[in-house]
Amino acid sequence: MSTTDHRSPGSHGGDDTPGPLHGGPDDDYTPQQLAGMDAEELNRLGARYDGVEILHVDPPPAPGSGLEKQAERQVSLAFGAAGLFAVLFAVVYFGSDWFLPNWQWASTDNGWSALYTPLLGLTMGGALVFIGVGLVLFVKKLLPHETAVQDKHDGSQFDRSTTAATLMGGLDKTGFPRRKMIGRSLGFAGGAMGLMLIAPLGGLIKNPNKGNPLGTTPWAEGIRLVRDDGTPIRPGDQEPGSLETVFPAVEGGNFAADAATMLIRLRPEQMADLQPREGQADFGYGDYVAYSKICTHAGCPVSLYEQETSRILCPCHQSQFDVTQGAKPVFGPASRSLPELPITLDDEGYFVARSDYIEAVGPTYWNRERI
Amino acid sequence: MATTAVAPGQPTTKIGKAASEIDERLIVAGPLRRTLNKVFPDHWSFLLGEIALYSFVILLLSGTYLTFFFDASMAETVYEGAYAPLRGVEMSQAYESTLALSFDVRGGLLIRQIHHWAALLFVASIVVHLLRIFFTGAFRKPRETNWIIGVVLLVLALLMGVTGYSMPDDLLSGTGLRIISAILLSIPVIGTWAHWAVFDGDYVGDAIIGRFYIVHVLILPAIILALIAVHLLLLIKQKHTQFPGPGRTEHNVVGNRLFPAFAGKATALFFIVFGLTAALGGLVQINPIWLWGPYNPAQVSAGSQPDWYIGFLDGSTRLFPAWDINLPGDYTIPALFWPTVVVAGAMFTVLALYPNIERKLTKDTASHHLLQRPRDVPVRTSVGVMALTFYGVLMMSGGNDLIADKFDISLNAMTWVGRIGMIVLPPIAYMATYRICLGLQRHDREVLEHGIETGVIRRLPSGEFIEVHQPLGPVDEHGHGQLTYGGAPVPKRMNQVGGARRAVKGFFKPVERISDVHIGSRQEQRGLEAAEAERQQLTGSGRPSEGGRPSDGGRPQDPRD
Repeated sequence: MSTTDHRSPGSHGGDDTPGPLHGGPDDDYTPQQLAGMDAEELNRLGARYDGVEILHVDPPPAPGSGLEKQAERQVSLAFGAAGLFAVLFAVVYFGSDWFLPNWQWASTDNGWSALYTPLLGLTMGGALVFIGVGLVLFVKKLLPHETAVQDKHDGSQFDRSTTAATLMGGLDKTGFPRRKMIGRSLGFAGGAMGLMLIAPLGGLIKNPNKGNPLGTTPWAEGIRLVRDDGTPIRPGDQEPGSLETVFPAVEGGNFAADAATMLIRLRPEQMADLQPREGQADFGYGDYVAYSKICTHAGCPVSLYEQETSRILCPCHQSQFDVTQGAKPVFGPASRSLPELPITLDDEGYFVARSDYIEAVGPTYWNRERI
Repeated sequence: MATTAVAPGQPTTKIGKAASEIDERLIVAGPLRRTLNKVFPDHWSFLLGEIALYSFVILLLSGTYLTFFFDASMAETVYEGAYAPLRGVEMSQAYESTLALSFDVRGGLLIRQIHHWAALLFVASIVVHLLRIFFTGAFRKPRETNWIIGVVLLVLALLMGVTGYSMPDDLLSGTGLRIISAILLSIPVIGTWAHWAVFDGDYVGDAIIGRFYIVHVLILPAIILALIAVHLLLLIKQKHTQFPGPGRTEHNVVGNRLFPAFAGKATALFFIVFGLTAALGGLVQINPIWLWGPYNPAQVSAGSQPDWYIGFLDGSTRLFPAWDINLPGDYTIPALFWPTVVVAGAMFTVLALYPNIERKLTKDTASHHLLQRPRDVPVRTSVGVMALTFYGVLMMSGGNDLIADKFDISLNAMTWVGRIGMIVLPPIAYMATYRICLGLQRHDREVLEHGIETGVIRRLPSGEFIEVHQPLGPVDEHGHGQLTYGGAPVPKRMNQVGGARRAVKGFFKPVERISDVHIGSRQEQRGLEAAEAERQQLTGSGRPSEGGRPSDGGRPQDPRD
């Protein structure tokens, strides 16, 4: 049973005598009776009233005993240490750059800035942990150990029946089960309003198929291949077997998410095994080939080139691509070759792109093959 | 005397009067007493959820501090702060402000690192808490709803982590963001649309960090706070589960009252958790973004790893073969879709529905408030260990490049170890766990039947050697115990049944009189009489259901927990 007792509800419309207070024990225990009970009795009485029975109490150590003194010392020591650590924290925090050296990072300092954060952590952590330790010692060694048991109630049938009757009665009075037209029109209004309320989220929707943003990069015919610092590259600048990351010579080209390209000069042995992809035999220039640096798996920059094995490894998920086979994936989760950038030389003898990549760079997506 | 002037029972002290004034207005004495009297069962594993709660509090406190300094803007700026090696480098304001709060704000680095450590601890404690709930069967009726809320909280915690570590816009977080972008693109049909909606266009754009920021500091925390509130309210309403033991039934809770014992321990735990996070935040460097440098789509650092809780997805992505599915009409389902969206989705869906699946299979529709020991439910325990093994292989594979590097193993071999391991190891783990559970069950039965091995060998007149066993309860004429297994731990060492006297307390010298300890232990009841008396005490008289509350007399009571 878990409802408030209202056998005689308080207000009878004009009756000025108060009804029973909060659940009714005041009827059983007059203020005089309660005043006559000591704190422990009241404590147990209240607990019983909450369905709690104190079964067993292991008393704490006797007052004045050696055991108590020892426990008191330990708890006080812990709290004292906590205070001390907190003071030390303040000293380090405020004292730095005052009577202690400057806390800020400097390449030529005396090491204090390297100690500053660790010291703050040590002192703050010490203060907090010692408060916790003191509390644990206190609860374990100085509080009586109580074993209490509390009743657990399953749901009450009384509550279910009365609540259901109240709900159903209310629903009956609205007449919705009978007045179908109101229900339907309300349902329509509710649905439409719901749609209206989420409609503004439409502002987030943009058409990804306008133009071909996923399939195009800043590369285009005649755009120079430049290093990160903007310098152009001639054949002969690179040793055979080396790799250089190049960008299109356009504004912001070295920060474009899809433009990074690896210019690789193949060694003669690699040239001998070179098997470009079908129709892309002329994409390279001499012993140079240029592949997109953006992994076709998850878009990480494929960065690790092992020229002994002609393999490029993506450090994110370890897809491996063979540069002598048109950057075909040879191991790992990637399924497509790295796209190859068609390159040639311009009038001044610098590398330029002959066109943009002929396929989409980066991770695969649903309609990639269609654009 | 003044006491004659006040009505009986009225407070006379200053605090008492003030309290009484408050209660006359708010009427809180009753609910407060009920709360203080609430009984909490005592077991270390019940503290795991609390650790999650406390680390969330730490996250809120430290995170709020960080918002004072962080600027979630992707606009370009040039660094001119205190950290000399990066001066003059072009970077986003997000990265610049993260550097500033690490190097130019007094104590800012400490708070940032506390925040990161607390985040790792938050997810870890949720996971361990979940395992405790799972292996002890605490999710069974009536607690299925709270299980689902817990799983949702876990997913939200992961999203919090991902949005959080993506915000500083350093090289590592940018790499993570790039993979998130690829995962979005990999969703069939709506992938590009979803990407355009989230990133406001092609990768990387200039909106994503601002959007992640508002999700990280407002939307997700609000949902998590609300769900934690519901989680705790349901817990209070349904009361704690408890392990079986003397006097513990499906209809009671045995333990400490909230005040003072449980409140003391819980507060202590909060301070210890906070203290350890603070110490970690100061002493153990985490995510030193100034070493990674600003994000650049053309760069990546070797050994890029996400935070530990995303490691399993990184691992599944590394292991999954390169199987693009090409559909008619030139449509493609990228291989990346399966190990990320599908694996994560399936794992969390099965996890959330597990209570219902188990109910369907076992047809156990009763309410349960007593926990099970994992050994007593070998199928569930084995399923759990199987799932953990699968998760473990994925997580290990998330760092397989580091393992390959440190142990000088071929990276491709490590990939194959993971691919084969994730299929072969889980069934092996299932079978091994099942056998271990049965073995432990049998050992419990054996001790109940034959008693504890004492290590005392006796030679019988016939010349036969036997080991003396200490029976745990009354024995029949063959010397076999008559106790049945009740789901509680069975003592297996003599010390656990009082075989040794307790030690005299004191470290350097005794702090209690040795003679008192001896007298005390002589007075202690031993053997069957003591057990019988204790049983009486725990299950017999004094139970509220039997002794009755003084005043209820069958009357309806206040709703109470």
